[in-house]
Amino acid sequence: MATVAPGRASTEPRYRQLGLSDYEYELILERLGREPSPVELAMFSLMWSEHCAYKHSRRLLRRLPNTGPHVLLGPGENAGAVDVGSGMAIAFKVESHNHPSAVEPFQGAATGVGGILRDVFAVGARPIAVLDSLRFGEPGQSERSRYLLERAVAGIGHYGNSIGVPTVGGEIYFESSYEQNCLINAMCLGLAPHSRLIRSAAAGPGNVLVLLGALTGRDGIGGASVLASAELGEGDAEKRPSVQIGDPFTEKKLLECCLELLDGELLVSLQDLGAAGLTSASAEMASKGRVGLDIEISNVPLREPGMAPFEIMISESQERMLCVVEPERVGAVLAVCERWETLATPIGQVTSGDHLRVLNHGRPVADLPVHVLVDDCPLYDLEPVEPENGIYPASAPVLHGGEPETQVLLTLMRSPNISSRRHVFEQYDPVVQSRTVRRPEQADAAVLQLGDGSAIAVSIDGNGRRVACDPRRGAAEAVYECAANLACVGAEPLGLTNCLNFGNPEKPHVAWQLTEAVEGLAEACEALGVPVVGGNVSLYNEAPTGPILPTPVVGIVGKLPDAETAGRLGFARAGDAIALVGPYDPAYAGSELAKLRGAHVGGELPAVDLQALRAAHAAVREGVRAGRLVSAHDIAEGGLAVALAECCVAGGIGARLTLPGGFDLFGEAPGCGFVVSGPPEALAGFTIIGEVGGEALEIEGRLKLSVSELQAAYECGLPDLLERRC
Amino acid sequence: MKVGVIRFPGSCDDIDAQQAAARVGEAVLLWHRERDLQGVDAVIVPGGFSYGDYLRAGAIARFAPVMESVAEFASDGGLVFGICNGFQVLCEAHLLPGALLANTSLRFVFRQVELEVVRNDNPFTATCEPGERLSIPVKHTTGRFYAPDDQLDALEQRGQVVLRYAPGNNPNGSVRDIAGVCNEARNVFGLMPHPEHAVDALTGSTDGLKLLQSIAAHARQPAAAA
Amino acid sequence: MRARILVRPKEGILDPQGQAVERALPALGFEGVANVHIGRLIELDVEDPSRLPEMCERLLSNPLIESYEIEEAAK
Repeated sequence: MATVAPGRASTEPRYRQLGLSDYEYELILERLGREPSPVELAMFSLMWSEHCAYKHSRRLLRRLPNTGPHVLLGPGENAGAVDVGSGMAIAFKVESHNHPSAVEPFQGAATGVGGILRDVFAVGARPIAVLDSLRFGEPGQSERSRYLLERAVAGIGHYGNSIGVPTVGGEIYFESSYEQNCLINAMCLGLAPHSRLIRSAAAGPGNVLVLLGALTGRDGIGGASVLASAELGEGDAEKRPSVQIGDPFTEKKLLECCLELLDGELLVSLQDLGAAGLTSASAEMASKGRVGLDIEISNVPLREPGMAPFEIMISESQERMLCVVEPERVGAVLAVCERWETLATPIGQVTSGDHLRVLNHGRPVADLPVHVLVDDCPLYDLEPVEPENGIYPASAPVLHGGEPETQVLLTLMRSPNISSRRHVFEQYDPVVQSRTVRRPEQADAAVLQLGDGSAIAVSIDGNGRRVACDPRRGAAEAVYECAANLACVGAEPLGLTNCLNFGNPEKPHVAWQLTEAVEGLAEACEALGVPVVGGNVSLYNEAPTGPILPTPVVGIVGKLPDAETAGRLGFARAGDAIALVGPYDPAYAGSELAKLRGAHVGGELPAVDLQALRAAHAAVREGVRAGRLVSAHDIAEGGLAVALAECCVAGGIGARLTLPGGFDLFGEAPGCGFVVSGPPEALAGFTIIGEVGGEALEIEGRLKLSVSELQAAYECGLPDLLERRC
Repeated sequence: MKVGVIRFPGSCDDIDAQQAAARVGEAVLLWHRERDLQGVDAVIVPGGFSYGDYLRAGAIARFAPVMESVAEFASDGGLVFGICNGFQVLCEAHLLPGALLANTSLRFVFRQVELEVVRNDNPFTATCEPGERLSIPVKHTTGRFYAPDDQLDALEQRGQVVLRYAPGNNPNGSVRDIAGVCNEARNVFGLMPHPEHAVDALTGSTDGLKLLQSIAAHARQPAAAA
Repeated sequence: MRARILVRPKEGILDPQGQAVERALPALGFEGVANVHIGRLIELDVEDPSRLPEMCERLLSNPLIESYEIEEAAK
């Protein structure tokens, strides 16, 4: 079987080779009352893998708040969904595809996008936007990381552009700890009338199980358990056959087909096939519906001849969906599928009782009580232990401490984590579907009009370095920064999705990071009243050199009542006043400057005045909505100086500012501070710090740089590192 | 005026084109398998990735049943407007000269570019002035216009080069900065930029509207092309 | 017959893919490489090989920008 790595002792029991522990296998024997068949063993190995079962995180995730007045679908469905008014809903989710992308970045990233798209249209929503959060090793030092970045971006563009869903935002970070374990997190939003939202629970004994979409081949056999639950080591080249290959053209047809089936009310339930393919899709559908399922695998249309039953059940061939259809509707379903050139094959039926049976020409090759496969998977408690010392190496210093502040600012502007991502986002189509009101670099969040005059906003944010300093505060900061991005365009958060990217949770220090980070996320969500409607966990992101920085990534969707008033980040008019808004108390620890100075990863992150933070977010949001603020930009990496420089570059105009002596220009406090501009009378009540105008950014007594020089540093930083002509 | 927007499997900007065209008249979708053009005054072949761009962009779409009707419609003088993938389809169908090749950068590029109107003696740029600049976005991987030199000379001489990328704005290496061309009879037109994404100030520029308004104005006149 | 069709970019047309590969090979330590061009390979079983040129002209290649070569492949 493809899951056996060469050199490993073939005397190891098969269940061990498939990634099950002795304890888990004993549990299977006990619950079944017998030994599992080979097909059943393969099914258990995937359903009970970390990637599918969330063994180490499920208990922890219950801490996250998931209810709220706008929530329509919460965690547990293919995607979460919130009400956005006018009878419309936005379904959204973020998912990781880290391990496949480290092996084959183009297809790994592409199929990551494909997978999250399917999760969204599986609940009946038309995908209207994609965002991606990417993390790699240092581009200046690692050719491999430059290669991964270029290929992952090409893969995301290939899939998203081809299927006609705009990529409207994202983030990219570079840290040496991601060198062996890149992070590819893809987020998708979809739009649906409430009436079209559908759940995945199978129902109605006698109803027909229909498989839609691509042929089933050997893609990703064993992928879920082999790749996602094991730390990457040597010899992962032979894991390449496990990587899935995506086809956006097939998915485009599948998408249109599914939406037409739903509009015609022809389906009882719908589920996409992702990790663990037919096994997990059928098991989840049966489990949620508290029914049984019979699957006749000889009916499954195959791409390759002679596939074994277990291969058919765990294949991760892309672009497939499973649906339940009432018998009298099957003909209509097949007709819609034919019109959209989408293969549709009845492969089984819903049964009363609670067994998932896999038949091969009528002969059972698997017969499992659904609850044993889905619910009886053991969950593990983490054993967190706070590390005494920092566990991440410091970066090589680029600045040494004596430089003038002009040089510090230019170095930050061209640094890989701050400089413009234009080279990347120009490879994505941000406008298809004609909803995009704010494109990348126009504002802090993407804004998409809904057609009734209102709009939704979305941003995706995370920061591994700061979470490594203090997981609880760092994770909370990710939520505050994301919400701040939404405030800058005038949007109020409605719901949050998160992807938790961490190392090996069986190691106590990582367990501590994970536990603290989830607590921080929960606290921040409670403080802002934002429910978590779904998400994803990616563990075991670890190399022999150690775990990745603990990296919770959050995506928040919000709403603004009037699309015309959506905010922008650039200064616009000479004479506008500039103000600093919020409980902004910047600190050096965990900042980009600290990284460039080669500081160790650690230190105390600033505490947050929650009441003042909420007030500041509201003030900025209201100011943008009312049209009082010409621009709004939250202060993030690089601190106030970088935020001001970004506003100048975006607007093509300078600014003159006066700050109190000794003000920390480069310290950070994510989510707590905003730079806004507007007519002086509109900014009454804020702390005015200067005025828009001229051709330079000038902070009195501190620094003066021409906008063109700042722009050159900002625009050429990343391209220069990637050795592209700038 | 009634516009028909073709829908192939894989078309992406079909609904966008329909919505944009609805600003200047009635706009319907024409399914690729249907030969009935529903009496439209103009046909738009939209952007996207018809048939996954398999083999060559537009190579398979050009043989769709609806394209037989479009070819007839064009030879009868009907207006045909190809955008991006639509331009590729029309070149493959030999309704327009030249071919579209991979961008010199070999990467997909989205960019708001400035176009220069070369001439307005056709139904597609009639509401523009020669030399006028239009701000319209491009988004493609295979947008480099090519024709052999002798054919290019003939195109220019016959007034078939309608739009060029303004200096410094060529995003894909198109020869002679050519962004849009028409056929000799001036009733079939193709361009790589997307005017349907430049019709609403809320989402970008409105310069693309001028092309649609030109078609609408032409459709309202008594028949007979230039 | 099992036919193999090689489709190449026409002589004289800019081939940026070929150029990119030509630049990449020396960087990997392969010297003495020039004149790289990248095309497409199509293989098919065909009952009437005499129709292959027409297939190439109409669909499998674009004669304005590509040249094609038909050969018989071992089945």
